[in-house]
Amino acid sequence: MAVVAVSAGFMATLGAGAGLLIVYLLGGDPRTEGVLLALALGGFGAGLVIWSHHLMPAPIREEQRHPMASSEEMRSALSRELLHGGVIGRRRALAWLLAAGVAGLGAVLVVPLLSLGPSPGNSLYQTAWARGRRLVGVDGQPIFADDVPVGGLVTVFPEGAAGRADSQAVLIHVDPGTFEMTGDALTWAPAGFVVYSKLCTHAGCPVGLFLAQSRHLTCPCHQSTFDVLRGAQPTYGPAARPLPQLPMRLEADGTFTALGDFPEPVGASFWDMSA
Amino acid sequence: MSRISGAIGWLDDRTGFSRLAYPSLRKVFPDHWSFLLGEIALFCFVLLLATGTYLTLFYVPSGEQLRYDGPYTPLLGTDVSAAFDSVMNISFEVRAGLIFRQIHHWAALVFVGAIVVHLGRIFFTAAFRKPRELNWVLGTGLLLLAIGEGFTGYSLPDDLLSGTGLRIANSVLLSVPLVGPQLAFLAFGGEFPTDQIISRLFILHVLLLPGLLIGGVILHIGLVWIQKHTMYRTPGAKESVVRGPSFWPVQVFRSSGLFLLTGAVLALLAGLVQINPVWTYGPYRAYESSVPSQPDWYMGWLEGTLRLAPAFEPTILGVTIPSIFIPAMVLPGLMLLLLLIWPFVEGHHRGDHEEHHLLEWPSEAPGRTAVGAAAFTLLVVLTLAGGNDVLGGLLTIRLAVLNDIFRVSLFVLPVVVGILTYRVMKARGAQQPRGPQGAVRLERNAQGGFDEEPRS
Repeated sequence: MAVVAVSAGFMATLGAGAGLLIVYLLGGDPRTEGVLLALALGGFGAGLVIWSHHLMPAPIREEQRHPMASSEEMRSALSRELLHGGVIGRRRALAWLLAAGVAGLGAVLVVPLLSLGPSPGNSLYQTAWARGRRLVGVDGQPIFADDVPVGGLVTVFPEGAAGRADSQAVLIHVDPGTFEMTGDALTWAPAGFVVYSKLCTHAGCPVGLFLAQSRHLTCPCHQSTFDVLRGAQPTYGPAARPLPQLPMRLEADGTFTALGDFPEPVGASFWDMSA
Repeated sequence: MSRISGAIGWLDDRTGFSRLAYPSLRKVFPDHWSFLLGEIALFCFVLLLATGTYLTLFYVPSGEQLRYDGPYTPLLGTDVSAAFDSVMNISFEVRAGLIFRQIHHWAALVFVGAIVVHLGRIFFTAAFRKPRELNWVLGTGLLLLAIGEGFTGYSLPDDLLSGTGLRIANSVLLSVPLVGPQLAFLAFGGEFPTDQIISRLFILHVLLLPGLLIGGVILHIGLVWIQKHTMYRTPGAKESVVRGPSFWPVQVFRSSGLFLLTGAVLALLAGLVQINPVWTYGPYRAYESSVPSQPDWYMGWLEGTLRLAPAFEPTILGVTIPSIFIPAMVLPGLMLLLLLIWPFVEGHHRGDHEEHHLLEWPSEAPGRTAVGAAAFTLLVVLTLAGGNDVLGGLLTIRLAVLNDIFRVSLFVLPVVVGILTYRVMKARGAQQPRGPQGAVRLERNAQGGFDEEPRS
């Protein structure tokens, strides 16, 4: 019986292997290839396992265990050899200098690592937005107010930096007069248009979902939700900071122009971000 | 026969290897299905090395942008990176490329899965006790390396889903106290996203991490070889003796068979169950995100901590503690630390400094089993929470309600499961004493082996 099973297994491997080659040569199909490969491997594997269980003397042997520890003499000989084997001897000062040398070698290792990236400098505090930059779409073309209906959302960039990750922002159009912001924030939201950084203040994902009815922005990564009418204050989820609002104005020709960079760092927080 | 002895003779004349090989072939390995979990992980790793090497022959580790003009028409004419383009090429144009790519991904998922189940077996049967604490630490390191391999690997196609994962990883680095921005810039080569990251992930994925894994795996198995495998406390089992079939031929046949069967299951999965279809996600764009976005399963618990964490981001004396710092760094760090030092904590707590070669049944240590069950429950809740958008859609529950259920479960369920487990294990332990009970003292005898003396 076992002999039949083992033979069947090995024969299955032969057949499936040949079949796989034929399927491949005929143009291939992932499903058939997967099944045939599984049959080829599985037949052989099952054959080996059945063989080992039924057709092979498998005497149960016993082996003595030995304690892992070496003898006490061997241990003390080792520590003697390590510590007092005359390696360092009385030259204590040299031993200290040796340690200093090791520290020097450590510094040698650090230097190439430091070349892996530039110093962050100011780059986390600023984006490509600046006074006078027009708002353009992903394609680099200016966005016109008439093209964005109420309830609409467009991903925008500063002119000349379309697609730049840290400068991505969303232009949203809501009913004029529904904003609940005050001061600068309100003047930066002319005629029902407002622009927020598209980078979630939680983990930096693009906040891509706009719930037009409740006028909330939601991040698909961890579901942080921001109230568009109230300065993108977080209303749900793990984000704790509002999305920075872009100072901008609506020009006479229907385009939008930035009045400066975002007032706060965009994206995920870091320890010295308020510095 | 004579030809084999001739070859052995030739080699032995020059190396004396028979001295090593003969006892190795006769080496005894205890038989139990639960001892095969680590082997399955090992075999997945071997298959990963094989399929991965094959994939490197076609994969292009470059973020350079080019226009897609392959056979997948929905993406025709879009700007993609050379990396994404090469993965599309492997999937649609290299014949049998898709099947090997999918075996590779499935093997990665099963690899980490087998490691985790293996870890559970070691934990719940107390195989980590002296003298095996070192191998526990080593194994935990291997688990971390495997997760690192998984994360770097699924980031390589440079698709929308994996790019979003990299963005989150970048933000987690940013949240490191004081040097976060410096670290993030060093790791990514500048402000996210950068051109260098794909080639850096590639060299990590195909050289550095696999190198460490291979070295670690050899040490891990080498220690099992030297310390000899543990055995269950079945009637007749002794601390001083290991029993089982020998390495050759029985275990070699069985393990080779298991290796091929593991490959068969992975091939079947790869053929019939689609995995990581990057063409449906599309190429990575820094200003787009995929919905829903789920990482591979072993990252799910981290996703869960991020999704359930409160919006807590205090600024104290001008220093901001980023909201992801605690859920993404402190919490996982503490959990991993506890995992790493468990053998030492338990050994110290029990005052147990003896060698153990017979395993404990979960009912023999209700406290440990309860802690393990509670930790497992916690990880399951977190993993489910990492898929709250998918679950919410399936169960048609509002996300906010679902998250509150998860938040309550996170604190209540582990405690409930822990207490229940403790009770059940306590009752079972009292009902059925198995095998020799109580500690024994090992005394070395004149033959160099050792004898057991019961200890009061």
